[in-house]
Amino acid sequence: MSHPLTLITFIPLFAMFVVLALPDTMKAIFKWIAVAATIPQLAIAWYLYEHFDTTTTAVQFAEKAPWIPSYHISYFLGIDGISISMVLLTAIICFFSVFASFGISRAEKGYYAMLLLLDTGMMGVFVSLDFFLFYIFWEVMLLPMYFLIGIWGGPRREYAAIKFFLYTLLGSVLILLAMLGLYYYGATPTFDLTELAANSSQYSIGFQRVAWIALFIGFAIKIPAFPFHTWLPDAHVEAPTAISVILAGVLLKMGTYGILRVNFAVLPAATMQLAWLFLGVIGTVNIVYGAMCAMAQTDYKKLIAYSSISHMGYVMLGLAAFTTAGINGAVLQMFNHGTITAMLFILVGMIYDRAHHREINGFGGLAQQMPIYTAITGFAFFAGMGLPGMSAFISEVLVLLGAWQLHPIMTVFGAATAVLTAGYLLWTFQRIYLGPLNEKYNTLTDITFREAFTLVPLGVLVLILGVYPQAILNLLNTSLVHLNQVVLSTSGAAVAMMR
Amino acid sequence: MDLGNIASLTLFYPELIMVAGILIIVILDLVVADKQYLGDLALITAAASLMAIGLEAPHAGAWLFHRMLVFDSFAIYFRALIALAAVIGVWMSIGSEEVKTCDQGEYYAILLASAFAMFLMAESANLLMAYLALEFVSLTSYILTGFLRHNRRSLEAALKYLIYGGVASGTMIYGMSWIFGITGSLDFTVINRALSAPGHLPVLAVFIALVLILTGMGYKVASVPFHMWAPDVYTGAPIPITTFLAIGSKAAGFALLTRFFFPAISTLTAGGSWTALAGVDWPQLLLFVCIITMTLGNLAALQQTNMKRLLAYSSIAQAGYALMGFVVLSNDGIRAMLFYLFAYYLMDAGAFLVVMIVANSTGREDIDAYRGLAWRGGIVPAVALTIFLFSLTGIPLTIGFIGKFYLFAAVIRGQFYVLAIVGILNSVVSLYYYLRPIRTMFFDQPQGDEGVVKFQTWNYGLMGVLACATIALGLYWQPIIAFADRSLTFFVGPT
Repeated sequence: MSHPLTLITFIPLFAMFVVLALPDTMKAIFKWIAVAATIPQLAIAWYLYEHFDTTTTAVQFAEKAPWIPSYHISYFLGIDGISISMVLLTAIICFFSVFASFGISRAEKGYYAMLLLLDTGMMGVFVSLDFFLFYIFWEVMLLPMYFLIGIWGGPRREYAAIKFFLYTLLGSVLILLAMLGLYYYGATPTFDLTELAANSSQYSIGFQRVAWIALFIGFAIKIPAFPFHTWLPDAHVEAPTAISVILAGVLLKMGTYGILRVNFAVLPAATMQLAWLFLGVIGTVNIVYGAMCAMAQTDYKKLIAYSSISHMGYVMLGLAAFTTAGINGAVLQMFNHGTITAMLFILVGMIYDRAHHREINGFGGLAQQMPIYTAITGFAFFAGMGLPGMSAFISEVLVLLGAWQLHPIMTVFGAATAVLTAGYLLWTFQRIYLGPLNEKYNTLTDITFREAFTLVPLGVLVLILGVYPQAILNLLNTSLVHLNQVVLSTSGAAVAMMR
Repeated sequence: MDLGNIASLTLFYPELIMVAGILIIVILDLVVADKQYLGDLALITAAASLMAIGLEAPHAGAWLFHRMLVFDSFAIYFRALIALAAVIGVWMSIGSEEVKTCDQGEYYAILLASAFAMFLMAESANLLMAYLALEFVSLTSYILTGFLRHNRRSLEAALKYLIYGGVASGTMIYGMSWIFGITGSLDFTVINRALSAPGHLPVLAVFIALVLILTGMGYKVASVPFHMWAPDVYTGAPIPITTFLAIGSKAAGFALLTRFFFPAISTLTAGGSWTALAGVDWPQLLLFVCIITMTLGNLAALQQTNMKRLLAYSSIAQAGYALMGFVVLSNDGIRAMLFYLFAYYLMDAGAFLVVMIVANSTGREDIDAYRGLAWRGGIVPAVALTIFLFSLTGIPLTIGFIGKFYLFAAVIRGQFYVLAIVGILNSVVSLYYYLRPIRTMFFDQPQGDEGVVKFQTWNYGLMGVLACATIALGLYWQPIIAFADRSLTFFVGPT
């Protein structure tokens, strides 16, 4: 296959134009066009997975063409071990979120057009290796997200949409400034991320620190890291189900992906100095604070949103560990969190579609009415808690193992939070599904075939990776170990000191 | 090349075409009964002038009319922008309901005369010429602003414009007389030579003279604190005139400002950076003007409920962004400014055009008139306006982002970090008010009695071109930046 990365990125965009070109009277087929766009995407992702060489750290499937030569900007796509898992995740989540969108019944044309544009934007971020191109995709994805929340969202959608947009734009412009700094203050001006990484020693440590912090804030807003996290619960609560799925499943990972791709690879010396504070401490705060906030929620979706903040903290803590286990665990956690929260948000969406509210205390005993649905929810909850045998267990354990050597106190906090997580999830499960049936809901129907189709494959994936994590770890390991060594070798002395 | 009066005419035909067009319109206005073709004639004139500018471009590099005007690549860039503004202004006038009530002959003749005067502003090589051209532009602008004689807002705007303009131009000519007193000349090259000559110069006096001159030129580009007229004039004038003034007169102002502050009173040093002559610290002064202009413009725009006023304040802020390219004192900066002005052109003209389409259909200019526009037959103008507003904010995939990118690149390269941070924060603030019309158009539901927006092919054509250009040039802008790059040569010639 030639140009697989261009295809996987732009097929949804092409489908968007098809949707826009068709008249409104054909709105019944818009969703099928979206399905038709995400199936080849999934197929190409599988092709990439099959043909990915796990023994090399080199860029694979690269495509490069000059774009604006006077500014050294090129169209440069390629993947390595850091991006391949995210490409897979994006293809999987986008495919299922199209099915989760089937309930949309207003302005379908705009909805599917925006969804497809969002798909292109996210995929583009993970495959671009030119910083300028990366930035374009990064920003492009803001626009459809804004409209998807603002037009198809819940009652406070306008507020949530604008808050999301303002927060992320602030982050993006900081990234822009850092990007220009990297361009101008390097020995040879370039936006090529591989070249920037290869010449990382050309920047003075003072410059590296400033650029690192600017980039970190830009990416942290997306993760979202404390204290930039407040847009997330609002955005999640108001967004339609499929958009929440994408938001938690893919968008949040762009933040940590950016940190790996730019902060770690291009500014390793500053990473060595600053990671313990910005990734380690803030990551731990995310874990504990997110879990505590989740416990206090009475809105089902908000609870999942906060648990998502908490789980992203593990990714940050893993990155701060500078050990093979830590960094592998972090990226694996990015993937696993994507599949598990996608399930959780789809589950919340189903119950909201039926009951039209999300008040946890307003339910009760749904297990009697919806047994299959309840069983799947139980499965997803156990996955979220990180029970052995499920994927999240592996990644969280790897993170904690990796972090233990360098940050024992933070690790203790991180590990202890597992109890909180189990607490709020089990308590929620009990309030909604167990006990006597709330008579108001004795007409609710159990899960439909279409709904099961979006959940079961994700669940199977969670199980497979719980038993055989090598399926993903193999892809990551070579590149991540190499990256970790780059960071460590830039200032081995600093590590020795911190130990 | 130093050309005399007659010889200069061979390099002056874009202007001559303009003059011929004006005369024909004035004569036809007297003899023809059916006046609706005068607009088409004006459009042809402006377009022919634009083509003439393209044709004479290879001959750049001469003084015209005994060193009163200079014909160089820089002049070509700005005259192209101004001719384009005239095309857009006339095109919009033909499709405007407001302008239909005016005297067609006078209206188009004055509009073209204004464009002609803007050409002269962009080419001035002598302070006297600069003053005359600027006054010519101002006079025609006052008339155009007050053209809706039965509209009180229009008359009030014209009066305010006139009074502010009078004060600004008086201050400016006073400053010019200081320069004349200090250097003994009004010719830009001679001023430059006098200021760079070794020996004692009254630095404070030169500085005061520059501040006074900046008053007049800052007034034309609507930079703070000379911006007060802009919101009233933009609101009061007919929308095509608002557009023409917002883009054409601003471009002419920037052309004159650049020509005076760079080749006249600064000198180009190695590596493409400029130094102010005689140690006069005007860059610092302009740095403050720039920061205050963008901040104040943005903060004031936050509270507007009228679309024309919102765009007026936004264009004050946009002038502030363009000034960023100015204060870094480098060719990078000027190039970024040139590019940004072009970008500003497309998006601001587009935004005003949509405002006019909605005003034509609903008779209203407030943001509430846009409620649910996308859902009541106006999806095309709604999407177009969204594109223009995102471009004004500087979101990628639009030319506005590329413009901001070049500006920030120049600022970062010049190590003006505070300016970069202020610019960034301003971009974020501006998003909030640019999003308001978008929110209203898409997120709000239309109310019962609000009618469907009518379709006008004439306006939709231009809107489509502007919207497509905004996106296409945001993806591939190499030709524009190459054009801006070529235009960065000032003819200083034999002295």
